Amino acid sequence: MSQTWSAGQLPTIKAWQAGARGEIVNLILQTILKRLALGVVTLFFVSLVIFSAIQFLPGDFGEAVLGQAATEETVAAFRRELGLDQPAWQRYLDWVGAVATGDFGTSFSGRASSGVDRSRPVMEMIAPRLENTLFLASITAMVAVPLALFLGITAALWRNSIYDRVVNAMTLTSISFPEFFVAYILILFSALWWGLPTLANITDGMPFWEKVHKSLLPSLTLTLVIVAHMMRMTRAAIINLLASPYIEMARLKGQSRIRVILRHALPNAWAPIATVIAFNLAYLVVGVVVVEVVFVYPGVGQLMVDAVASRDIPVVQGCALIFAATYILLNLTADIIGIVTNPRLLHPK
Amino acid sequence: MSEDSKQNEGKAGDILLEMRDIRIEGWSDEKWNPIIKGVDLTLRRGEVLGLIGESGAGKSTLGLAGMGFTQPGCRITSGSIMFDGIDLVKATDSEKRALWGSRVAYVAQSAAASFNPAHRLIDQTVEATVAHGLQGEAAAKDDARELYSALTLPFPETIGERYPHQVSGGQLQRVMTAMAMSPRPDLIVFDEPTTALDVTTQVEVLLSMRKIVEEFNTAAIYITHDLAVVAQMADTIKVLRYGKEVEESETRQMLTAPKEDYTKSLWSVRALHKEAQPSDDIVLSIDGVDAAYGRGLKVLHDVNIKVPRGRTVSIVGESGSGKSTTARVITGLLPPMTGQVMFNGEALPAELSGRSKEQLQKIQMIYQMADTAMNPRQTVGEIIGRPLEFYHGLKGAAKEQRVLELLDMIELDETFYDRLPSEMSGGQKQRICIARALAAEPEVIICDEVTSALDQIVQEGILKLLMKLQEKHGITYLFITHDIATVEAISDEIVVMYMGEVVEQGPKDEIMSAPYPDYTKLLLSSVPEMDPDWLTKLAESRDDTA
Repeated sequence: MSQTWSAGQLPTIKAWQAGARGEIVNLILQTILKRLALGVVTLFFVSLVIFSAIQFLPGDFGEAVLGQAATEETVAAFRRELGLDQPAWQRYLDWVGAVATGDFGTSFSGRASSGVDRSRPVMEMIAPRLENTLFLASITAMVAVPLALFLGITAALWRNSIYDRVVNAMTLTSISFPEFFVAYILILFSALWWGLPTLANITDGMPFWEKVHKSLLPSLTLTLVIVAHMMRMTRAAIINLLASPYIEMARLKGQSRIRVILRHALPNAWAPIATVIAFNLAYLVVGVVVVEVVFVYPGVGQLMVDAVASRDIPVVQGCALIFAATYILLNLTADIIGIVTNPRLLHPK
Repeated sequence: MSEDSKQNEGKAGDILLEMRDIRIEGWSDEKWNPIIKGVDLTLRRGEVLGLIGESGAGKSTLGLAGMGFTQPGCRITSGSIMFDGIDLVKATDSEKRALWGSRVAYVAQSAAASFNPAHRLIDQTVEATVAHGLQGEAAAKDDARELYSALTLPFPETIGERYPHQVSGGQLQRVMTAMAMSPRPDLIVFDEPTTALDVTTQVEVLLSMRKIVEEFNTAAIYITHDLAVVAQMADTIKVLRYGKEVEESETRQMLTAPKEDYTKSLWSVRALHKEAQPSDDIVLSIDGVDAAYGRGLKVLHDVNIKVPRGRTVSIVGESGSGKSTTARVITGLLPPMTGQVMFNGEALPAELSGRSKEQLQKIQMIYQMADTAMNPRQTVGEIIGRPLEFYHGLKGAAKEQRVLELLDMIELDETFYDRLPSEMSGGQKQRICIARALAAEPEVIICDEVTSALDQIVQEGILKLLMKLQEKHGITYLFITHDIATVEAISDEIVVMYMGEVVEQGPKDEIMSAPYPDYTKLLLSSVPEMDPDWLTKLAESRDDTA
């Protein structure tokens, strides 16, 4: 009948088991490659948007750099030197073509009417800043993600209890204040009682633990900002599954509450949780300029804001592209986690 | 099982589970409503008790209470549940958890939903046994493979390595039985375990479940709404209605001499019978239709069906046989790849959009889920009034008058005019859907599993109404169903479908009597009968021929 298997299927079952692992790896690789290719296409469109947006910035770049006193000839010469006299599409193609070979161009700043060229390649400016930003993001994520998962799981475990309410109220409170406010409150506490450094002006040569020590307050601020979102999604994704018949079945097998959640609910909840975590990690890289400013942290956010102010187009474009790539990569990771944790996708019929 | 296991210590015949005057309430509409209103239940070791009743009778609630489990939003208000000396009403959570999955086990209705999609079948099968420390993991897995084999699962050695979505519904249901049996419990609660299965699959699952329950002399509570099914499984049957016991007696006695009229109504559809009348006046014919969804696999292969005027043609088959796809082709929702649909001698345009208003009007459809087939925010007057306005241009008082006439035809009074779907029962909603189809004044009505979601007694009412309307107005029905009892009750002609092909078409009496093509025979012989020995006889006759 419909579920009796023909003899011809027997070898396929064996083959299926033997080849399963290889096939799975293949499947994941294929997906990653497909998504990466899509990511490149997305980046291409993002580059268009970035470039066009910058065209709409008011003011003349030459004038902005050289100052009001510059003569028309100097400005014209300067524009010619930077290639700003070329039509927009030409400049765009030049830029994209260079980026494709890894060359993000040279910063506008450092060039002066004096004639001495002290300008630096964009990558040279961004790289150390990006390193700092990733450092701060990493130490924050290492605390915030496990903390959020722990709070989310325990809040789901004891849902509607006092604990659940307190956790919800506290995380909501911390997310409701603007981050600079949280930052200043922490600085106040620190100055009064904790004795933590309130300036996170880390430098290149600093030993690792000193960097960590200096970054504690900005990291704590960011943790407070991102935990709520991740924790609430973890809690909601788990609770959403608790009404499933297979959860009832697990309970009727006599499994403890914590085991029901960890073994039966959580494995099916990873996809939405991973998406939210990816979103928040992306924020840690691209959205922390305010916190950087408050703590004088030399991150890439500050660099970009400064570059916008000084009309340093190559730097702005480079930062924007890196931010876009961060989003794309993190979302790709979340998608892969969604696939790896979904047996329907991982083990097709 | 280990030697010092506490199971099967007691002698067969000892009382295992005893409920006294149990009362359970559920929280809905902002108040506690009684679900179980004082029921007694006694189950001895090795005994199988059937709990039967219609939806809302409280059978599942009572069955789960036998394990000391109440669903969220329910509470036991009074009474006692003694399981082998333990009072489950007073027991703490951890005391009950020690029982669940070790001494009592549960087999749920929807196997697909009750298995965790994230884990392999065998890991889920042995989970409780290992977690309760009854057996080591390796030993439990060996035992599970033996259980798979005893339950006649294909590839018992390897099927456990699969994930739930990789095996069929009937197989999953058997794996779930193995899962329940793994700790060798004293009691298993089967909650409608075969309701979601096709009849031919149901037979195999019933057989393997009965075999294993007998083999280990496990006591069981078997919950179902199908008396014929429970008769195969249970020693004793208890009939429930509105949370109260109607009667309880030994299975044979229940079938031969039910004390209460209500018990008899549980097989009311089986009592319906219509004399088939042949006719050669073909109103609708499906000629050589092949169809596929999208660019996918073909689901219909050269389907030919002739529907005589004023008669009922039933299309029977299991899920996936192409019954509903055929209906979609006729209505124009799914244009066929080849072949055509002839109506009154003219070919109907394949696409819905190519059909004239008149062609649309002449073929109407009624669906299985009356709930989802009606706009929940429209009143009955609006729902029935819409086709009147669309097809016949009726407005105002004339329209209202006609709606009331239609309500009268479906045996509902005018107070229904202003009701919303949410204010009606399942049977009433299905009647409104019938009235909506009638409003168009069609020649042919396609009924797609219209009684499948309804209780027996309500089904009977709907089927009687449909037949009455046919007599009065000469409507032709194309009746799609998987339920042979319904087919028997109403058809003139029967079409048997299997895997997208028509196996057989002919007058009812011809199809329902020998000689049968193989598939028809299998299908008909798989329909449970009101005979406690039916399953045994069937197994024997199939063994003989095999």
